[in-house]
Amino acid sequence: MESAKYVSLKISKTRWRPVSHSSLQQPDIFATGSWDNEDNKVSVWSIGDPGSLGLEDGFEGDPQLICEHKHDGDVLDLQFLDQERIVTVSSTGAVTIFRHHQNSQTVSVSQQWPRAHRYPCDDAPGTGVACSSPEIVTVGEDGRIIVFRADHEGVVRVIENADSSTLHAVTYLRTTEVLTVNSFGQLKLWDLRQQNNSPSQVLSLSGDRVPLYCVDRHPNQQHIVATGGQDGMLCVWDVRQGSMPFSLMEAHSAEMWEVHFHPTNPDHLFTCSEDGSLLHWETASPSERPSFLQGGGSSSMTSRSAMAPAGGNQSIMSAWLCGDPSKSRLETTHMLPSQTLSVNSLDVLGQCLVCGTDGEAIFVNRQVPV
Amino acid sequence: MEEVDVNPTVTNIPAIRHGKHMGFAWGPEDILVYETQFKASGPSLSGPGGSFIHKVRKDEDIHSPILRKLFNESHHIFVGLQTIKEDVPSKSKKPQFVSISRNYRSVIRACMEELQQVAVSTKDTEMATQYGNQVSILLAIELIWNLCEVLFIDAAPAGSLLLHLLDWVRLHNADADEKAKDVLQSDSPAEHHHYWDVVVSYVLQGRLEEARQMLAKQATRQPASRNMYKLMDGLLSKMPFYNPGGTQTLTEFDVKWRNWHEEVDRYLKDNSFSSNYHLELICKILVGDEDALLEQKELLSTWYHFLITRLLYCHPTVKPIELHYYAQSCLTMFLDSRSVQEPLDSILLAAFEFDIYLVIKDCSIVLNNWWFVAHLTDLLDHCKLLHSHNLNFGSNMREFLLIEYASGLFTHHSLWQCAVDYFDHCPELGRACLELQIERVPLDTERKALKVLRICEDRQMSEQVRSICKIMAMRALRNNRLGSALSWSIRAKDAAFATLISERFLQDYCTKGTFSDLDLIDNLGPAMLLSDRLTFLGKYREFHKLYGEKRFKEAAKLLLSLMTAKIAPRSFWMTLLTDALPLLEQKEVIFSADQTYELMYCLEELTSSLDTAAPGADSPMQEQDVEQTKVELLRLSLARNLAMAIVKEGTVDT
Repeated sequence: MESAKYVSLKISKTRWRPVSHSSLQQPDIFATGSWDNEDNKVSVWSIGDPGSLGLEDGFEGDPQLICEHKHDGDVLDLQFLDQERIVTVSSTGAVTIFRHHQNSQTVSVSQQWPRAHRYPCDDAPGTGVACSSPEIVTVGEDGRIIVFRADHEGVVRVIENADSSTLHAVTYLRTTEVLTVNSFGQLKLWDLRQQNNSPSQVLSLSGDRVPLYCVDRHPNQQHIVATGGQDGMLCVWDVRQGSMPFSLMEAHSAEMWEVHFHPTNPDHLFTCSEDGSLLHWETASPSERPSFLQGGGSSSMTSRSAMAPAGGNQSIMSAWLCGDPSKSRLETTHMLPSQTLSVNSLDVLGQCLVCGTDGEAIFVNRQVPV
Repeated sequence: MEEVDVNPTVTNIPAIRHGKHMGFAWGPEDILVYETQFKASGPSLSGPGGSFIHKVRKDEDIHSPILRKLFNESHHIFVGLQTIKEDVPSKSKKPQFVSISRNYRSVIRACMEELQQVAVSTKDTEMATQYGNQVSILLAIELIWNLCEVLFIDAAPAGSLLLHLLDWVRLHNADADEKAKDVLQSDSPAEHHHYWDVVVSYVLQGRLEEARQMLAKQATRQPASRNMYKLMDGLLSKMPFYNPGGTQTLTEFDVKWRNWHEEVDRYLKDNSFSSNYHLELICKILVGDEDALLEQKELLSTWYHFLITRLLYCHPTVKPIELHYYAQSCLTMFLDSRSVQEPLDSILLAAFEFDIYLVIKDCSIVLNNWWFVAHLTDLLDHCKLLHSHNLNFGSNMREFLLIEYASGLFTHHSLWQCAVDYFDHCPELGRACLELQIERVPLDTERKALKVLRICEDRQMSEQVRSICKIMAMRALRNNRLGSALSWSIRAKDAAFATLISERFLQDYCTKGTFSDLDLIDNLGPAMLLSDRLTFLGKYREFHKLYGEKRFKEAAKLLLSLMTAKIAPRSFWMTLLTDALPLLEQKEVIFSADQTYELMYCLEELTSSLDTAAPGADSPMQEQDVEQTKVELLRLSLARNLAMAIVKEGTVDT
């Protein structure tokens, strides 16, 4: 059970600092970005270890502010580049890398590309950033896709006019491919190795072209992607097959701002929305086989799964692509105690979940049932 | 007009030179002030005055980061309060209201503690004083709220009333506990110079158990006076306290109390404690001797403490309606000629008199923002304690205060989102106010516009939706983001704007020869139907696609339908007919005879309208020539096609 920590700033993004895969540690540090304030800030918080001084047994300590730094403009997206560096895109169109110095517990600006996203005579807000260290890809309201390299002065590549409408989010599909979503409900696949400025694939819904605001890739199966948009519907797509989403599920009653697959336990998915709710989706695979054999674990199965048709061998395909939610057992739970203002962002790692709201509150849950 | 109760404060504008006249303009929560050239006497100079505009804000609290937490948390509690069901009778809701009141108070206390910590740790003396002021204001607010909770919301009857009031006083008098801590931590508590202060404070607050424990320490030190201490201990232990949950009625308790009181009086008159000054003092207090109590002014520190102690030891069965007599007299007795009645005192007095309106009015005047009165009035209204006291402007007091508070929040760059919920719960004027305010929220990013739109759409404010979408669409158009502009007009279902955007696309096509933003036009989907022009654009693009795929028959059919169904704008017909030329010139007959007749009809319609339109002197001869040539070419091709079509259709395959 988590309680709110009020921080006097509307939180637009929260992200856990990555933990090394070898250690079984739970994450203890997260960063937040604020928006809609005269002085916006990028802040780093710690939830501390349960065994540290000052915390009673079983008591969930409040997040403590470690350090913060002023940020020019709203923080519209934030990602950890590595253990020490954080990348943000701003409403002024600037892309900034902050460095968190662990010894002195301070944050400073390490590199900045001001006005990376821009209009000829105006600022264009950047809207999304994705990292695959040392490469950084950002998208913005100007419809540009820009590729940077950390520690590299200039811009590596710009795809001008990648989209005639606003690109709202970007994610890496493979190390050389990125996926973007826009205001016309289209997913576009971009191959960064190609030099032409057109997408290698375009997928969209038929029917109403609802703007999409968030996208996330399945951690193990790179062809499965989940998106959410203005109507609050959760769509799961198979990028290899056709141009239509595989399943559509009614999730929220207002815009869905973020969707995340759990990084180590992808049967769990989390979404948060403008309607103030945070949902935890849990799917149980229909097959009886133990989970370590699923998802293309053994080699004999992978060869089959590559060509598996829709609705084929259920034990191979991910439970997310079953198409009919009633066939696979899909459970949804609300994770926040009561209705709040919009939940703008969430992040989940291990058993810890952090989210930020427009009510200027941060919620941390350290015992997510995954 | 009523007299102003408080003298208005004077604020100096440092940057405006002394003696200059100021001009001003009212804003929603502030005043804009500027220097003018006006002179009271003599001619005014012309030319610019100072080049700055100064913004004078009354409410600084809203911009304090710590107090912001107060606004957010109380917003959460407020929304929860509004959703309590109406059909349940008020009586069973009382514990709920009391708990909500306690929530509000705990939020105030948390804020206060944080401010206190910051005030202590900051090195800037000006900030420290500011924080200190805020802490004392919050202390006062919590004091008043607590008293209102006891008197109005909990509304305890005689008997329990005093117990609640005792709790109230104990909560707001931390001095005794601090001194007690010092005393107990010292080596020999009984010899500490504050020892007797602590004992007397306990007795004044009715904490007799603790007083007895403290006295026991002294008793062991003075074995000679053992009997006296034992006697005092006995008296203290026998004092009856009313038990609301018990079987004893109020009258029975009263009788018991009077007996005890008489006993204590007897011992006092017998001079049983005369050898020990302190014990005699305690005895006098127990008997309720006013002079003895007044001597303890320093320990009591406030007149309301004096009031409660006096009631405890003179009239423990005081009824709520009797409170104000005692309150007034205690206040007068406590304040000597030197000290003046402060606003806080009059507010508390008004509360004891059960004059809710006076309490709220005085608080509104003294405090610089509406937070406290708005939330308290709302809670009292839910407890059905406010009669419909209609104000001149048609709404009731609760709504008036909530709207004032919310309007103040709306001017804040960030807290406007909280304000929306407050307007929602003002049935009469809330919606109108929200409609006015929401349009004026500055929209820097698409994300903010989306949130504002969601607020408007949820409340069916279609005018505001249209207006906001139009602003965003115009901005996108200005930055040449046609796709974004189109998506905004689709959201607003704004056909006129969609037409405008399609015109832009078509213009682009005419000038460049190709379509820009093909990804958009190809994927319009059902949005195409929003405006005729948009439909035309989509269909025209489809024609090009069909042509590119060499599906000529279908392309031809589509082209024709675009003109005959009048989807295409007249100005574009020439282009369409020109597009038909290559189809007409094909070896294979694509247009059937009927279709050709229709094309000819369209051409005639077009040329006749062009002819009837006054040939402008400004259209150069060259253009007219070009037009003429085009028309002739078309006529020729159409005639040839007609011939071939008739022949083809007339031929019978053998």
